[in-house]
Amino acid sequence: MAPLYNLQDVSFAYERIPALRGLSLQIAEGESVALLGANGSGKSTLLRILDALYFPQQGSVSFCGQSLTQELLHQDGFGMSFRRRVALVFQNPDVQLFNPTVFDEVAFGPLQLQWPKGEVLTKVEATLELMKIEHLRDRPPYRLSGGEKKRVALASVIVLDPDVLLLDEPTSTLDPRSQSQIIDLIQEWKSASKTIISATHQLEIVEDIASRVVVLEEGKVAASGAPAEILSNHELLLRANLIHAHRHSHGTYEHSHPHLHSHSKHEH
Amino acid sequence: MKSGGLIASTIFGFTRALSHALMSEEIARRRGLLQALDPRVRVIGLFALVLAVTLSRRITVVFALFLVAVMIAVFSGVSIRLLAQRVWLVALVFTGVIALPAIFITPGNVVATFAGGSLRITAQGVATAVLLIARVETAVTFTTLLILCTPWTHVLKALRSFRLPQEVIAMLAMTHRYVFLLVETANQMHESRQSRMVGRLLAAERRRMTARTAGVLLSKSMELSNDVYLAMRSRGFQGDIRILSDFHMKSSDYAGLLLFLCAGGFAAWMGR
Repeated sequence: MAPLYNLQDVSFAYERIPALRGLSLQIAEGESVALLGANGSGKSTLLRILDALYFPQQGSVSFCGQSLTQELLHQDGFGMSFRRRVALVFQNPDVQLFNPTVFDEVAFGPLQLQWPKGEVLTKVEATLELMKIEHLRDRPPYRLSGGEKKRVALASVIVLDPDVLLLDEPTSTLDPRSQSQIIDLIQEWKSASKTIISATHQLEIVEDIASRVVVLEEGKVAASGAPAEILSNHELLLRANLIHAHRHSHGTYEHSHPHLHSHSKHEH
Repeated sequence: MKSGGLIASTIFGFTRALSHALMSEEIARRRGLLQALDPRVRVIGLFALVLAVTLSRRITVVFALFLVAVMIAVFSGVSIRLLAQRVWLVALVFTGVIALPAIFITPGNVVATFAGGSLRITAQGVATAVLLIARVETAVTFTTLLILCTPWTHVLKALRSFRLPQEVIAMLAMTHRYVFLLVETANQMHESRQSRMVGRLLAAERRRMTARTAGVLLSKSMELSNDVYLAMRSRGFQGDIRILSDFHMKSSDYAGLLLFLCAGGFAAWMGR
């Protein structure tokens, strides 16, 4: 069976600054993948290519066996179906919230995809309830807290019930409680056999959100494997700038070791 | 505000504009005369009145239209104080600057002299300046009423139904959202600079800082506008504005439209 996504030798640069350099990757349907990489490793660019917002300057991307091109996206049938099946949650929720109220924000996607109005209303109500944001429905999204914005941004895409969820740093800038709620949601989607591709540099959430880890380094795949295998490869993580050497002393004895934790979870 | 100089006052102005914009969404949701009409009627009707104002050469007709604007505001739940602060005062200052020379340079009957007779105010000059200011105040009031009493998405959908190109609508839709982000970014940049500053900078250094800030803001704003557009595209936006409420013309909408067009036509004829 053809993979859901097949990327061959993909390169992309922003005004001659390369973001992806000959990246090749396959993602199967129903797979949950964590894209691990330091800042500037090309994670966000890759997600935008997977969402057909950017197109490779070199190489090719195919989705369900069809080559993903601008021309194909402009075909009404394919464009609509692709936008319903694939959804991207941006790293900065602010760029994703542009409607006057939270309700309008969640309704935006279904309306663009021309769902019947009755269905839009029912789905939006159900999504607000699922995300526990009913009380925010008439609030302007610009006036919400960071955690609330992230939840509304998530609600605005899961209302479409997409088959593929692309999440750019889904838990960054969230407090521990909101983080754990988002992880719970991702796990629910995982068990519902949705394809989930999350870009992150938070090592401590990787095992919870993914069954495969792809490490990106300077716009290329540096390694791919099971979370336990990747997370135990300290040399790889050090090279990819995902951990750093931690130097400290015990009385008069000073030593250093790889620093694996975020500051919410300490695991020397 | 004093210590921050130009940037601080500009950002303060932006932030105030942001809260005003948020308030306008709230006014648009209220019950009122304009809010009860189909958005397309509001757009055409108020445009007809603006056209009548600009065509009118008689000050009495412009004043009458101004009174109509005030009455529409009252019956639409728009505070007169808000209009005075946000519209009339600002329009008076800007138009006043443009109209001021007309008082002195328009030939006619001299009513007052200054600076030993070198500056002469003429009755015709005063009439021209008053007419210009009144026209601008009235036209801007009608336009503001449209924006205050109609959610932005409804204005866009109404414009689209008049066959305005998709590209223009997409541009307007993005600009609206993007302005909020820009204001927020400018505010954060200013706060971050303030938190790292002690004392006052020299005027030259302040100017350099302003230029640098403007440059950084411009490049950030380009990135933001791109991201906002991508986020809209990602959820299926293709240039058409689709909203939950459908526009349906009722008999009251037709009556309203007729009233607007008759009022505009009559005012334009009387003011010719």
